[in-house]
Amino acid sequence: MPSLKDLRNRIASVKATQKITKAMQMVAAAKLRRAQAAAEAARPYASKMEAVLANLAAGISGSDAPALLAGNGKDQVHLLIVCTAERGLCGAFNSSIVRLARERINSLLAAGKTVKILCVGKKGFEQLKRNYERHIIDVVDLRSVKHLSYGEAEMIATKVIGLFDQGEFDVATLFYSRFRSVISQIPTAQGLIPAEIGSGEGGTKAAYEYEPDEAEILSTLLPRNIAVQIFRALLENAASEQGARMSAMDNATRNAGEMIKKQTQKYNRSRQAMITKELIEIISGAEAL
Amino acid sequence: MATFPFELVSPERVLFSGEATQVVVPASEGEITVLANHAPFMSALRSGVVTIDNGQRLFVRGGFADVSAAGLTVLAEQAVPLDEINPEALSGQIRNAEEDLRDAKTDEARARAQGKLDGLNAMMAAIRN
Repeated sequence: MPSLKDLRNRIASVKATQKITKAMQMVAAAKLRRAQAAAEAARPYASKMEAVLANLAAGISGSDAPALLAGNGKDQVHLLIVCTAERGLCGAFNSSIVRLARERINSLLAAGKTVKILCVGKKGFEQLKRNYERHIIDVVDLRSVKHLSYGEAEMIATKVIGLFDQGEFDVATLFYSRFRSVISQIPTAQGLIPAEIGSGEGGTKAAYEYEPDEAEILSTLLPRNIAVQIFRALLENAASEQGARMSAMDNATRNAGEMIKKQTQKYNRSRQAMITKELIEIISGAEAL
Repeated sequence: MATFPFELVSPERVLFSGEATQVVVPASEGEITVLANHAPFMSALRSGVVTIDNGQRLFVRGGFADVSAAGLTVLAEQAVPLDEINPEALSGQIRNAEEDLRDAKTDEARARAQGKLDGLNAMMAAIRN
């Protein structure tokens, strides 16, 4: 049976925790608004890019398509780019991305493929290194980056393309969490190399004029497309992270509120019991006289 | 005069979306003026200024212009309206970039600093004109 003082201390500490989680929730809500706006602002560019690319790719026949578009014909070495957050305390956000990546890794390893992992963000690295440390080839640290810009995505893309050109891997897949709403983020695996192109709308087979020629444009467009895909993944991830943190902290705050209520009730009951006990002692003492 | 739909987007935001009668685009092999009903056309861009209807001017660096039946789309790697650029802040950034270039230790860092400096210099040249 805890003493009254213990109970008082416990209530005070839960209250302090509740204040912190409440503050974190509000910070996440403010950041979420900004991240969501950024993610939405990036969407038109990515979708336009896709349309242009689909148009171009439709005009290029299978055999002379560049390797970034069609892959290099092999399927042995897989590169997994796992994008996670730099911070925890955001519910299952990091773990669900990692879980998806882990399932993929296991099935690839079981099929006898070679797996290489590029981690973007500290949390994913920490969770993956326990089992797959020797597969991790690099970690990109974005902790010092306050405001995500296209530059960061470009840096990662340059790294990935460099590795591809050296023949370090054959197939690249990007793992991130797509932001659907504050309470729903969907961990997603997206093929990066060879490029995943929606074949549906690229049907406008107009006689295009190209300047410089088609192949040259495609050869600069493809690396940029990879950078754009990564950029979009990073932005979606940032929005998802804040959304996940917001709902996690909301839950924590509510939980703390319940705990305070329960503890306060317990505190009042035992205070009452003590008063009653003292009264009984006094009365029975008086009666004995 | 006939108008056509024009969109200027960068990865970070949409800078212009609407009807235009005439847009000048800095294509890789020279400036192009796009009017309504232009033939389908696709070109890489060099650093320069996009002028919309002889009024609004925006600096763009790298990217593509795509003319199709649906209008003109400029996908720029970087795009800034000229009147949002502050020449003093810019020259400060140029000085910083030059310093970065001198301090760069690895080839990779040097290439990045050089790319940044080139972009800033192109922007400076765009304002001066």
